[in-house]
Amino acid sequence: MISEQSTSREKRKERLDRGIKVRTEGLYALSSWREMFYLLAPRALLILGLLLLPLLLDRYWQRVLCAAGIYALLALGFDFLAEFVGLVCLGGAFFIGSGAYISGLLNAHMGWSPFLTIPIATVAGAFISTLVLLPCLRLRGIYFAIVSFMFPLLTVYIIIALNIFGGTEGITALATFPNVWVDQYLVLGAVILGLFALRRLVNEDMGLILRSIKDNDQAVKASGISITAYKIKAVFVAALLGCFGGAYLSHLYGWVGISQFALDFSILPIAATVMGGMGTLVGPVLGAFILTPMSEALRGFGQLRVVLYCLILIGFIVYKPEGLMNYLQRKYHQSEHWEEV
Amino acid sequence: MGEERLLRVRGLYKAFGGVQAIQNVSFELPQGEILGVIGPNGSGKTTLVNLITGFVKPDSGEVSFKGRKISGLPPHKIADLGVTRTFQIMRPYHSLPAYKNLIVPLNSPRIRRSRGGKLGDKDGVAIDILEEIGFERDAYVPYKIASSLPLGYLKRLELARCLALKPEVMICDEIFSGLSMAEISTMIPVIEKLQIEGMTIVMIEHRLRELFRLVKRVIVMNFGEKLAEGTPEEVMAKPEVKEAYLGTGGK
Repeated sequence: MISEQSTSREKRKERLDRGIKVRTEGLYALSSWREMFYLLAPRALLILGLLLLPLLLDRYWQRVLCAAGIYALLALGFDFLAEFVGLVCLGGAFFIGSGAYISGLLNAHMGWSPFLTIPIATVAGAFISTLVLLPCLRLRGIYFAIVSFMFPLLTVYIIIALNIFGGTEGITALATFPNVWVDQYLVLGAVILGLFALRRLVNEDMGLILRSIKDNDQAVKASGISITAYKIKAVFVAALLGCFGGAYLSHLYGWVGISQFALDFSILPIAATVMGGMGTLVGPVLGAFILTPMSEALRGFGQLRVVLYCLILIGFIVYKPEGLMNYLQRKYHQSEHWEEV
Repeated sequence: MGEERLLRVRGLYKAFGGVQAIQNVSFELPQGEILGVIGPNGSGKTTLVNLITGFVKPDSGEVSFKGRKISGLPPHKIADLGVTRTFQIMRPYHSLPAYKNLIVPLNSPRIRRSRGGKLGDKDGVAIDILEEIGFERDAYVPYKIASSLPLGYLKRLELARCLALKPEVMICDEIFSGLSMAEISTMIPVIEKLQIEGMTIVMIEHRLRELFRLVKRVIVMNFGEKLAEGTPEEVMAKPEVKEAYLGTGGK
């Protein structure tokens, strides 16, 4: 690209990709403190940022942060399933609901402490969710999305019709967390742990196999690998994140009800993933931590809130379809400058 | 004679709606043979591969491997038993080095069993397999990003994906198509070597001249039926085979 043709010296745009060096496998990254800092800075910024946030916020916004954390867990699971396994799962509300009801029931009837019910509800809820989604795993694309979308609705009507688990009233007076710092750091810790664990997972052989199931499942079958077995494992992992969110939510509010199967839990994670950048894993987390507070901040606009919210989303889809994180990563790794030729 | 017939196909039928894609196809394949399957476009060659490897279920008929019925099993079970195939359309990981493309089969239960439960150095094994079929290690070809490889190497990569599973029967679906004569002549020794090592191979091909350098026996398919079977010279001399390839016009 020639910028000033009038001058005798020509210039062109040079692009330097610093990331390529450090992203390729090798010890290059450890060659100097500068390169190590270059690699660690974004990660450290994210972790420290998340950990410092509760200290800077007041009581109200701390609650919003908790909700954002739950959405971030769901968005992580959604991105993982959609981008790395090819399952577009709209059943986020089912994960939240099953986690919440299991921990709620255990707490209300057995009197177990939240620190016991949450781990149990996380694993048991993920187990149930996987079992429920098992017959649908052979479906692909939009069909899996539709079926997974139905399960939360179905469960709500089962609870209402049979009047079980407290019916429309829900279960109240559950144990809450001892103090506000526990509820802040429990969910933030889970988000950070979930994020880095998933990133590790997708870069292992398991992630490679999952991605080939998405890209070319026939070649995986011809390689003697059962794709259903791998899809089950992947759904279980995503469900673990969602069910933890649900179990945590029940003890955050001290209450479980049918609103924990609400559509928000299925829809907002998708918006967060679109905004943050599909397939980056960290993008959806970022998206959730932007969208949730934004939706709260727009509360002042009353009904217009939804309109503004939609406009922002449409803007992202039209003008930055790659999402925030892909854009930022590119800008971080590549620098452009004019160079004389 | 029962033991030496590794693969046996008996009376296969398959219809897609009103189209009879495969009609009454039977053949047997002894251990260590290379069998050619030829026929005009749409004659049912790829459907035959799909039926043998379980990707399509037959309407009737049976495929058996080592005397055990395999038709009806899911594809990954059939591959697990040792009958595997290549695909005409390859979709390698474009952004990954070539050898990483073999990680999927190297994680399969079949390989896990053959190594006594341990998977070991998968990258090393993958590079060895690639070197065996002509990825020059000295030129770092196995380490090259898949998207930078020419078609000849991509076809070989698909073959390598198959070989990584250590199959007993390998079905190659048009591995020569789209390749230059030079590229094909580098692949022929690879396949000859596999046969010497005891591999049983079915080759679906359009490139007859190259195929006939490798096989002693061919099956000719037309409109889903087995038209002829025999040595390349025998079948090509038959009038019905000429008719299927060239048509009846001019008479």
